[in-house]
Amino acid sequence: MTALQTVQITRRVDPHLSIDRYDPEGELMLLHFGPQHPSTHGVFRMDLYLDGEKVVKVIPHVGYLHRAVEKLCETLAYVQITPIVDKNDYVAPMTNEQALNMAFEAALKLEVPRRARWMRTLFAELQRIASHLLWLGTFALDLGGALGGGSTVFIHCFRERELVLDLFEEVTGARFHYNTHTIGGNRHDLPAGWSAKVHAALDVIGPRLDEYEAMTLENRIFLDRTVGVGKLDAELALELGITGPILRACGVDHDLRRDAPFHAYDEVKVNVVTAQGGDCLARAQVRLGEMRESVRLVRQMVDGVPEGSINSGKPVKLPVQTKIPPGQVYVAIETPRGELGTYLVSDGTQFPYRLKIRPPSLHALSALPYIVPGGTVSDAVAILGSLDPIMGEVDR
Amino acid sequence: MTPDALAPYLPLLAVLVLAGGLGAIVSVMSALLGPKRPSAVKSTIFEAGSEPSPGSARQRFAVKFYVVALLFIVFDIETVFLYPWAVNFKALGWFGYGEMAVFAVTLVIGLAYVWKKGALDWES
Amino acid sequence: MSDGLLHGVVYSVLIVSVVLTATAMALWFERKFAARMQTRLGPTIVGPIGLLQPVADLLKLLQKEDIVPDNADAAIFNLVPPLAALAALGAAAVVPFSPSVVASDLDVGVLYVLAIGAVTVLPIFGAGWSSNNKLALLGGMRAVAQSISYEVPLLLSAMVPVILSGSLRLGTIVQMQADHHWFVVWPFFIGLPAFGIFMLAMLAEANRIPFDIPEAESELVAGVTTEYTGMKFALFYMAEYVHTIVASAVGAALFLGGWDGPFFPGLHWMVLKTLLLFTAVYWVRWSLLRFRSDQLMGLCWKWLVPMGVLLVGAAATWVVVFP
Repeated sequence: MTALQTVQITRRVDPHLSIDRYDPEGELMLLHFGPQHPSTHGVFRMDLYLDGEKVVKVIPHVGYLHRAVEKLCETLAYVQITPIVDKNDYVAPMTNEQALNMAFEAALKLEVPRRARWMRTLFAELQRIASHLLWLGTFALDLGGALGGGSTVFIHCFRERELVLDLFEEVTGARFHYNTHTIGGNRHDLPAGWSAKVHAALDVIGPRLDEYEAMTLENRIFLDRTVGVGKLDAELALELGITGPILRACGVDHDLRRDAPFHAYDEVKVNVVTAQGGDCLARAQVRLGEMRESVRLVRQMVDGVPEGSINSGKPVKLPVQTKIPPGQVYVAIETPRGELGTYLVSDGTQFPYRLKIRPPSLHALSALPYIVPGGTVSDAVAILGSLDPIMGEVDR
Repeated sequence: MTPDALAPYLPLLAVLVLAGGLGAIVSVMSALLGPKRPSAVKSTIFEAGSEPSPGSARQRFAVKFYVVALLFIVFDIETVFLYPWAVNFKALGWFGYGEMAVFAVTLVIGLAYVWKKGALDWES
Repeated sequence: MSDGLLHGVVYSVLIVSVVLTATAMALWFERKFAARMQTRLGPTIVGPIGLLQPVADLLKLLQKEDIVPDNADAAIFNLVPPLAALAALGAAAVVPFSPSVVASDLDVGVLYVLAIGAVTVLPIFGAGWSSNNKLALLGGMRAVAQSISYEVPLLLSAMVPVILSGSLRLGTIVQMQADHHWFVVWPFFIGLPAFGIFMLAMLAEANRIPFDIPEAESELVAGVTTEYTGMKFALFYMAEYVHTIVASAVGAALFLGGWDGPFFPGLHWMVLKTLLLFTAVYWVRWSLLRFRSDQLMGLCWKWLVPMGVLLVGAAATWVVVFP
């Protein structure tokens, strides 16, 4: 952490406010907001205590999408786990695979070939563009509604995201759940002529990002809905373990890509985007800036992918042949949503003894009881959208 | 009123009866044509997929909404008073202009007052 | 029964059926229009270029189960959808589509349109109250606050053409513009802003984005219509479209010279102007995000109402100084 600047706040909300004491007459309205709600990004539920339109207290409920992924992983051989964790953060599956396999590689003390590391960096950055585009679309949907301008932004963002998915499909054959990373490197090599296609796609995406920036950051209604809404101070963000764009929007200059380089990030210069204010607008600024930075990084790296092998792992005939020596390891990478950590405990068998995934979205949601009260129902929707939670990885 | 004065309102009545009748007919038709398979879950209210939250849906509500209603009554009626004046305005000339200026200034002072009092600040 | 009355009744039947057909077409038009804005195709399957899609929707909705939720106030719950249709269609009766095509050119036409437009808030609030659903109640409360607030700038801006023409009869107002200038053209510094306020307030009354907070499906699921199924839901939906069409027609008559225009018959011009305004409404709808309720109220009371008072004063001064 290089520069910690605290945002001035007047007071901090008490997330454990006793409703019985605050409202003995029972005049507040309790509203169950979710799980089957258009703007809870999947199945998330907030219990809102409302005074008119104003939110007094919010109780978040997670777990509606719990699939026992971590427990399931304990019964799977190491190479079988990758396609499972793909479904955690289903908006950025590439980075899930990377975080997981990096943990295995670290436990095996396996060196990943340079070509594979460059490819992973490229994939991660392309995935960041796709993920942030989807965030912009859904955020607009939250602010503008499915029967209005919101859906127009949404579909336009999807149009650009398709271009990135096309690039991934070219490499892996899959558009969504790739299963392309494996222990020791990658499974699929880059096809001939891929870099030209990347440049072509970025030629389209780049100028459109300018359009989106003009359409959002210069849009009066967008500003009215986001400025000063959901103010989070850096101190609280750090306390809650919030990482990624939300932390950077609080003015904290922290990015694992630069501060603890993984993949090939030590070979390139990553310009970390930060913003001041910690409100919804700052989060939007950070994410829009990060998309530009990713476009720049991909353009810079795609032509210089070194030659060589893409996998240093020993070929195995059966999945259970891969065994990890006893011990424990924690590996964290910077995904589009923040620090995705994988904590692995191995007992030397072919199955993990314990596999714990630290999802950035869960920590982001923990800010809700602090930043939603005081705003209106509309603000609650905007704040939830700006945190960009993916329930797949929150509930696992 | 003479029947002649009411005559222009007859087509109006026809439109209203037609519109209301049409609405009534289609909603009855939908009740007749649709399937009828009631169940306990189906007839619970939809509150975003979870159990309906405790507490009545017809409880007392924030006072801000009532303030708006009060403001509306004041300003709407004052504005409606302006209409007869607006129609006869050409005949009234400068006299009507002056009279109404006094009335409008009173209205604006009222607006400035509620503004100053913070009744228009919904955020607080 | 005199000939005049017969004429009126025939036209009232005609206008109701035409407006309803236009609503069905408007649904199709909006879906196509929105789809082209969003790089989609819109309806293509039912009928040529999807023209029969509204009919298919209607038939589908007719077959849906009619559900009245537990503890709902069934009487109000069932009464308000037809009332919504009535209030929306009622305003169409006094709109002059041409010097002769009008059901009843009332001598208090402007007042009637505004009054019946204000009635639309009753069914919406009734739906919100009777549903026994908190989301619907919030939607209903928002709808009332919004509609009655925007009623004030609506009345003020509609008064400008009344002052300029000295009549409440829509036909006379249009004729005045045909004889002199459209009110948006001259005096444009009064007519144009008044037209803007009128259309904004009409958008708010018809609950269209950026003023659709009563429905606000990303916040309140479907607002007041959350509990409605089948044709009852369709009636609310239809009422919104009818309201938008009628608002466009009234706006065209009050400010854009109604049936006035060269070469073509008056009816053509009126329909063209209505369509243009209607398209503009949907253009706005599919481009903009939604306001928050407090911002909506601020816009109304802090901007539109003072501006409306100012415009009324300006129009009065104009008429007194240049009689």
